[in-house]
Amino acid sequence: MVSAFKKALESGKFVVTSEVAPPKGTNLEKMGQHIELLKDKVDAMNVTDHQSSVMRFPSLGGALMVKEMGGEPILQMTCRDRNRLALEADLLFASSRGINNVLCLTGDSVIFGDHKEAKGVFDLDSSQLLGTIRKLEKGKDLGGNDLDGNVSFCAGAIVTPEANPLEPQLIKFEKKIEAGAEFIQTQAVYDLDNFKEFMDYAKQFPVKILVGIILLTSAPMARFMNKNVAGVNVPLELIDEMDTAPKGRKLDKGIEIAGRMIRRVREERMCDGVHIMAIGKEEVVPDIMDAAGLVG
Amino acid sequence: MIRSITQQKPEEEVDRLLDGLGRVFIIGCGTCVTLTHTGGETEVKAMKESLTEKGKLVTGDMVLPVACDNLTKEALNEYGEQIDQSDVLLIMTCAFGVQTIASQLKKMVVPALDTLFIGKETAFGEFNEICTQCGTCILGETGGICPVTTCHKGLVNGPCGGTNNGKCEIDDEKDCAWTLIYNRLKELGRLDAMKKFQKPRNHQGEPSPGKWKSVSLRSSDGQKV
Ligand code: SF4
Ligand code: SF4
Repeated sequence: MVSAFKKALESGKFVVTSEVAPPKGTNLEKMGQHIELLKDKVDAMNVTDHQSSVMRFPSLGGALMVKEMGGEPILQMTCRDRNRLALEADLLFASSRGINNVLCLTGDSVIFGDHKEAKGVFDLDSSQLLGTIRKLEKGKDLGGNDLDGNVSFCAGAIVTPEANPLEPQLIKFEKKIEAGAEFIQTQAVYDLDNFKEFMDYAKQFPVKILVGIILLTSAPMARFMNKNVAGVNVPLELIDEMDTAPKGRKLDKGIEIAGRMIRRVREERMCDGVHIMAIGKEEVVPDIMDAAGLVG
Repeated sequence: MIRSITQQKPEEEVDRLLDGLGRVFIIGCGTCVTLTHTGGETEVKAMKESLTEKGKLVTGDMVLPVACDNLTKEALNEYGEQIDQSDVLLIMTCAFGVQTIASQLKKMVVPALDTLFIGKETAFGEFNEICTQCGTCILGETGGICPVTTCHKGLVNGPCGGTNNGKCEIDDEKDCAWTLIYNRLKELGRLDAMKKFQKPRNHQGEPSPGKWKSVSLRSSDGQKV
């Protein structure tokens, strides 16, 4: 069965995805509110998988909830916490529940998270996980054994267009596409001229690209990302813009900037869509879409 | 030259391990731990002083030439009496030495060091972990740099998204393996090797624990004995 998200990707429209983050615990109220708010506005919602190696309610559970509430989930799966048996099993389960979009990630090191002494698994890497999905679709598991029942996924991966050095990252990007990635959500981009250059290169590949936009909430937050998040470069002008916004209006300014960037990407047809990451402020995603002139 | 790289355990941990054990015999080693200043002559002396101050009775101490060597047994015999008098052996060698000694003597052993990795001296006074003996070597496809070991995540298909200015996401003192491999292959004009998709690794090349026997010791029907 072709997923609704895949149909959206193939329709040629400007696709919009956003994120929901499962809670630390079993109180699903806030996540439920975010899903309710966004499910009819965006084309699909990524459900994050122990983001930054912080243990949370599982992405599979969150994706199931999106599905049950009538939304379109993209199941994020990292290779950090599960070996190939567990990853394959979770894919089978996802498929059985109509969760048919998967974003394959390597995953951050455990040392960044809240279980710093845990074993990082990395039995597979992101490109091998993509390959695994394609293999399952052919009716075989990684051990070469037959599967009873079919699976079908719309599988994607990420790329960091401003990685330093860039070339090794691009080789990996090409391998992900070769392994079966149909869509790519990028790491946060702030310099659209740089992004355009990346797209000049990326256009040659048979893959849909959604530009990653992280909502800026303050100048210190932007500086923090510049210092600590690999491949994220917030230009000085944007930091100044956040700095000079009046107190109490920083979030509005961040929404305005995100909206402005998305509008430009769309108007100049730079890529196939946008992945909006509001990191804890999911409730303002509709405002960002408004600011971008996107009708949800 | 490869060496067993160690660091001293935190004092509190050693104290905890020695709790209730009044008489201690200390053993160091003249090889790797002497080089890393974690269990040589000087460190053994310092440990002896520290334990004495804490009210322990140090029944004796010695520095074996090569603690992981089978000849260790003979060396230990020379100190038989002092060892007998002790409640515990505090061993300031790498874990290979600790196990060699433990297998020779009927005594509880307490390691004073943590064994970190088998390191190769890559520059004067600098050791790096460059091989973890994985059993399915892929150096032939990476320009001779091991991603299984040198990449924090052991990735074999290229870098993760965490590479920062050529350094690893976990530590800006550590090179990103995949930046090194990329540079090496580029220099050799063999970037095609990096573009080749590597299938999931075989983690059971030699199922742990590794075991090897000389051909002459194997049974004639070819089975492992
Ligand atoms: S791949 Fe790396 S860890 Fe495995 S044997 Fe070769 S050098 Fe050692
Ligand atoms: S930054 Fe480089 S060395 Fe570190 S985990 Fe990622 S790919 Fe491996």
